Amino acid sequence: MNTVDVQQLKSGEVNLGTSIMAVQFEGGVVVGADSRTTTGSYIANRVTDKLTYVHDRIYCCRSGSAADTQAVADIVHYYLQTFTQFIGRPPTVHIAAETFQQLCYENKDALSAGIIVAGWDKENGPSVYNIPLGGGLFRQPWAIGGSGSTYVYGYCDATYRDGWGRDETIEFVKNTLALAMSRDGSSGGVIRMAVITEDGVERLFVPGNELPKFWEGHEVLPTVASVGPPPPVVPMVVE
Amino acid sequence: MTSIGTGYDLSASTYSPDGRIFQVEYANKAVENSGTAIGLRVKDGVVLAVEKLIQSKLLIPGANRRIQTIDRHMGFATAGLVADGRQLANRSREEGRSLRSQFHHPPTAKMLADRLGLFVQAYTLYGSVRPFGASAIVGSVDKNGPQIFVVEPSGVALGYHGAAVGKGRQLAKTELEKLKLAELSTREAVIEAARIIYLVHDDAKEKDFELEMTWIGNETGGQHEPVPKDLFDEAERKAKEALESFE
Repeated sequence: MNTVDVQQLKSGEVNLGTSIMAVQFEGGVVVGADSRTTTGSYIANRVTDKLTYVHDRIYCCRSGSAADTQAVADIVHYYLQTFTQFIGRPPTVHIAAETFQQLCYENKDALSAGIIVAGWDKENGPSVYNIPLGGGLFRQPWAIGGSGSTYVYGYCDATYRDGWGRDETIEFVKNTLALAMSRDGSSGGVIRMAVITEDGVERLFVPGNELPKFWEGHEVLPTVASVGPPPPVVPMVVE
Repeated sequence: MTSIGTGYDLSASTYSPDGRIFQVEYANKAVENSGTAIGLRVKDGVVLAVEKLIQSKLLIPGANRRIQTIDRHMGFATAGLVADGRQLANRSREEGRSLRSQFHHPPTAKMLADRLGLFVQAYTLYGSVRPFGASAIVGSVDKNGPQIFVVEPSGVALGYHGAAVGKGRQLAKTELEKLKLAELSTREAVIEAARIIYLVHDDAKEKDFELEMTWIGNETGGQHEPVPKDLFDEAERKAKEALESFE
């Protein structure tokens, strides 16, 4: 859903083969992302911040082309500043998401951008919006995106519960991202997170050597008994 | 207007030596000669009312409305040249549509009046055009409450608790000042609006008139609608009664 068609990227284009995520809880949202930016197989930046500020209580998680998503986020940031000046109060997360959606839909042929918009506003409280590749707009209690997300849909479906608090939600995000990063070759590095509530934005960081660990596999060697003499070589019959 | 006839009033692009633009003042005169329009911004809504002078007995009653809808939640009453008022309303609808798509948000009366003000002001700058001979009262209700703005031929757009333009504006303003607008319900404001329009109408000098009233409030679900017939009739009856006791 949120993977990037690498053929579509120009050669040498910087890519956010990514694991990103946002989850709402009572009173706020947690957004999270890995930190890997690649150009082909080269890691252009291993400590990228893919959680991008667009307004005081609204962030977006970027996946796809780094250039495209930065440009789109910059435009939305500018729009929301104008909105605040004209209307005299902060925009809702929905308005921010609609602005992203419009840009992503109207320029779908030119962009590769999968964006998750999340934040808190006075009208609706916490909310998460997913804007996948074609420029649709979907409100969800949680959303995952980027190439890494494909590996962890099952984990999220099996684990997520309504009514979690802040700390449980942070754990969920951290574990999901760690699992995605361990399976997806284009995700990795560190985990960056942000907790957005009415009171403010709290940034969290998990270094690469402190990522949650899960089953990492072990070598399955053949047992001694099963090792016998090599089978005799039978020449193939040639007519 | 002592400097009339000195040649400084021939174009909107010419100042008089004391800094006035006579063409704009003449435009105001056009507004002052038309039927009164008022707007009330009350506790939970907005009421617009117009004294529509009947130009001909052959006109169909209720036709040629002077209060128009700009957006679902926004009404627009004009005084002055009717054709100019319609032009302002059409422009407002365009601006409203543009603001809505730009901000993904219903336009507020303030935003709309500011934009309309820019448009109107441009017609005070050039010799090739005539300033608008109409003033507009823009009323809206949204999540943040009711708003009323007036856009004048000069291009100024100001917000009010109660607004009155047209022939009977002086008397209407003194009546509006007596009301506790911030405490009135929209329903009560309809009664007051009808009373004020009936009060300011001068039977001796003027032709017959038709009362036109619209409202926006909780009872209309935040939409701009004509006042329903039963309430309208009640307001009109009470207005006539009040007029008798007033005289």
